[in-house]
Parts: sequence; C-alpha cells; structure tokens
Amino acid sequence: MPAANIQVSETPLVLYALRRADDALVLGHRLSEWCGHAPMMEEDMALSNIALDLIGQARELYTYAAKAEGKGNDEDKLAYLRDVRQYRNLLLVEQPNGDFAQTLVRQFFYSAFADLYWRAMMTSRDATLAAIAAKSEKESAYHLRHASEWIIRLGDGTDESRQRAQAAIDHLWAFTGEMFAADEGERALIHAGIAVDPGTLRGRWMTTLSEVVGEATLHLPQGDWMQQGGRSGRHSEHLGHLLSELQSMQRTFPGQTW
Amino acid sequence: MYTQALNTAEADDRGLEDAGRAAQFQARIDAEERIEPNDWMPAAYRKTLTRQISQHAHSEIVGMLPEGNWITRAPSLRRKAALLAKVQDECGHGLYLYAAAETLGTSREELVDAMLAGKAKYSSIFNYPTLTWADIGTIGWLVDGAAIMNQIPLCRCSYGPYARAMIRVCKEESFHQRQGYEIMLTLCRGSDEQKAMAQDALDRWWWPVLMMFGPPDATSQHSDTSTKWKIKRFSNDELRQKFVDATVPQAQYLGLAIPDPGMTRDKEGHWRYSDIDWTEFKQVLAGNGPCNRDRMAARRKSHDEGAWVREAAAAYAAKRAQRQTAQAAE
Repeated sequence: MPAANIQVSETPLVLYALRRADDALVLGHRLSEWCGHAPMMEEDMALSNIALDLIGQARELYTYAAKAEGKGNDEDKLAYLRDVRQYRNLLLVEQPNGDFAQTLVRQFFYSAFADLYWRAMMTSRDATLAAIAAKSEKESAYHLRHASEWIIRLGDGTDESRQRAQAAIDHLWAFTGEMFAADEGERALIHAGIAVDPGTLRGRWMTTLSEVVGEATLHLPQGDWMQQGGRSGRHSEHLGHLLSELQSMQRTFPGQTW
Repeated sequence: MYTQALNTAEADDRGLEDAGRAAQFQARIDAEERIEPNDWMPAAYRKTLTRQISQHAHSEIVGMLPEGNWITRAPSLRRKAALLAKVQDECGHGLYLYAAAETLGTSREELVDAMLAGKAKYSSIFNYPTLTWADIGTIGWLVDGAAIMNQIPLCRCSYGPYARAMIRVCKEESFHQRQGYEIMLTLCRGSDEQKAMAQDALDRWWWPVLMMFGPPDATSQHSDTSTKWKIKRFSNDELRQKFVDATVPQAQYLGLAIPDPGMTRDKEGHWRYSDIDWTEFKQVLAGNGPCNRDRMAARRKSHDEGAWVREAAAAYAAKRAQRQTAQAAE
C-alpha cells in the first residue's frame, strides 16, 4: 500500500512559505541531476553547491510552513507526500535541465529575482522569514554571480554557445512573469509587512537582466505572453516525473525512518 | 574515494640515469624527506606516481556515478543533502588529485583523455551497481572504509603533493564512512524490510570490497619499488586483513552477517576470510564487470556533451584577453 498524500491547511502564511520552499526544492533537485554529469568538474562542484544551498533553504521553509500549520507535518512529509497538484512552485524552476545553457538561463532568471527578493525579505516583520532571508540572500548573490558569468561566457563565446544561450532565453522567457504575481492571500501578507510585493522588484530585475544579457551580446525577447499556474498547482507535465523520482522511497516504504 | 593496488609493472630505467643523483634521491626517501615537484626524481618514480595519482583521481570521478544514482531518490531531505555533499566531496578529491598529478608534468586533459580512451584504470569497485538505498550506506561504510585503510598510509607517501592531498581526503572520507555507517545503523534498527535491505547490500558488496585492496601478495611482483620509494608502506594482504579485523565487529554491532560462512577467528584475534574469487576481479578489471560499459559511457557522454561549453569558456577567455591587450595598447 503506497503512502497517501497528506493534506495541508493552506493558510496564507503556510501557503506563502510552502511556495518558496517548493521553488527551492524543485530547483535544487533539478541542479542535483547534474551531479557527476557536468561539462567540467568545476561545474559539478558549483552546481552541487547551489543545489545544496537551495535544498537547505527548502528545508528551513518547509519546517517553518509545518510549524505555522501546526498539524504535525514536517519537512519530509511536505516534500515527499504531496502530489503534483499540491506543489506550489514556479513553472520556471520545474523546467528540465536541457543543455547547460538552458540550466544556466533558468538559474539566471531565478537568481536575479531571488537575490532581490531575499534582500527585501530581510526586513520582513516575520522574524523566521527575515532570518531565512538573511541567509538566503548571501547564497543567492553568489548564485546570481555564477549564472551571470556563464551567460556572458556563453553569449560571447562561440557561435554555437551563443545560439544555445539565445534559444534558452527565448524558451524560458514565458515562465518569468509568474515570479512577479501575487494573489489575494499574499496581498494581505504584503500589507502586514510579512511579505514583499514582488511586483516592486521587477524594474531592478529587468535592469540586471539587461546589463548581463547586453554584455553577453544576447537579447531579451519582445513577447509579453507569460505562462501561469505553478502557484496554484497547475504545472507543466515535467513536474510529475520529477516528483515520482524524488518521492519514490517515501511512497514505496510508507512511514519508515531513514 | 580511493586508490587501488593494481601492481602494474613500470620499466625500471634508473640505470639510465645519473647514479649519483639516484643514490641521493634514495637517501632522501630513506630519511623520510618529502620529494617536491621541482626536485630531481627518477623517471620511473614520476611515471609510477603519475599513474597511481591519476588512477586515484579517475576513481573519484567515476565513483560519483554509483552514488549519484541515488541523489534524486534519497529518502529524506537530510539524506539528500548529505549524499549530494558527499558526492560533491568526491569531485573535490578528483580535482585536487588531478592537480597533484599535474605537478608531475602531465595535464589534467591528457589524464582524463587516457581514462576516456580506456587506457587508464579506475577502481574496480565502481563497476558494481547501486540497486537500493542500503547500497549508499554500504558504500560509505565499506568502500570508504577500505579507502581510508589504503589512504591513511599514503598521507606519509614520499611525494609531497600526494601526501598533502591525502591528508585532506582522509579527513573527508572518515566523515563519509561514519555517515555510511549511520545509514546502516538506521536501517538495521528499522523495519524487517529495511534490515533485509541492509543485509542484501552487505551480501553484494562484501567480496568486491575485499578485492579493492588488490591481488594477494603472493602474486604481486611489483610492490618492491613502490615500497622502496615509500609510496606503498603496507602490502595488499596486510591492509586487507586490517580492514577485515576492523569491519567484522562493526557488522556484528549492526546485527548483520558477513557473507562468508567459512570465516574464523585465529589465535591472535584476526578474522580469517575465505578465498577470494580472483577470477571475478580479473573479469571486472578486464572491462566485464556489471557496470564497466555504463560507467565509461556516462563519462564519455558528459565529456562529449560538455565540449561546446568548454570551447565557449576558452573562446570567451581568449576574447577577453585580446580586449585587455588592445586596451592596454591604447
């Protein structure tokens, strides 16, 4: 009898922490898929490092979500016993690794946002979120620097790398809009000074992107159609496969300690 | 992760070299002095060490694959982070070992190419598959345990860069070993299903781990020079026995049975194991282990698919250098 899904009482605060935890775990998991397969050993190290930071962030955020919910869930139940429709991450982070350019562009789009986001969250009125932000901001700053350097190298490298980097930007662009959206529950948290209005970060995010992409001799797409749905559990087909792998042990051997 | 005594012969060409310098070199070794990259050394010493250190580095990198196989399926977030960090450590070991080998005059690219071409060896143990989560515990406990047994004496190896790399590597391996044992302990204190998983993993890994120490002393002909040069300080069988003696009580504590019904304890307290199936060892070394082809294919795939990234990085670095030169000239 495989382990069943848990139910989570998604109050605005629980949902808020859960969404950021899912972003960090799913992206960390994606990066961990590179471990042992990167184009050079230095990148095996770097991508694993970033994955470890993100998994660390996820653990803190899940633990906080579980505490805020107060129903006896914990980091592992939240990570391993929710199905695809219960996951709340951005569509961007669940996109497959693709080639190295796609992985780095995905990381660049996300880290350019996360760096601003966590810096702003350091002044959250929620002490736990502010503490998580203080740690995550330092990590995100490094993730952004690493990704930016690669965007520039790939864009201004060879014809092939330039073409691959541009293709990755064009492909992933439509998943970036979701980062700046906030629903009603989040609006209330923003109003209370617990959350940051992501919309206010967009201008600076665009500035970072324009600078790096410009130096890389690449360009940002003109299109403004944006995919949405991750925050409410309407995901791409990719996430289910990721979760079936991530959760396989907990689903096969329910209720055991590892 | 680990170096293996493969005991490949090297041509002894010391006769061709300055006999005086060779005597001086040996005197330094005998006085337990460290040989450093810029020091004179016999060509065969250089060759032996390049082979051994690079083989060790290849083992670290190939060794990422069997454990990496479980990163995406680790059963808890804590285990996932620990395993990822561990595999990352192995990569770090590979990097500093390649760097140590490079001090002897062969580039990392050449060494890696030799491995990808199938000309250089890596540890036979990584040609076995990781089938269950218990294999991750067993690798930490036994494979890293055997690696430590092999590598602690290498911290005193006569070649300075290798010895220093080993000191750091051993510290991390010792942490991995405890982590692996803790996974096993958790399984053995868990459900019947988990305990059976642990026993099954031990059953599959025990004999291949004993083979990690290399062929029996009676059949090794080439340890002499390595011993004289203080690269090797203990024989294969001595290290293997030390490992078995240390491991049997650990298995007993876990409540697991060593898959060797003929094992006995002698008067001196040593656990005497049954005959090892050296045919299997030879087959694995010859490329016929369960995963040899998969491991090589995985390494070649990453290398080939990453070529455009490395080319891009090199092209960008060249462009940037050119721009800087042009700027300086203005």
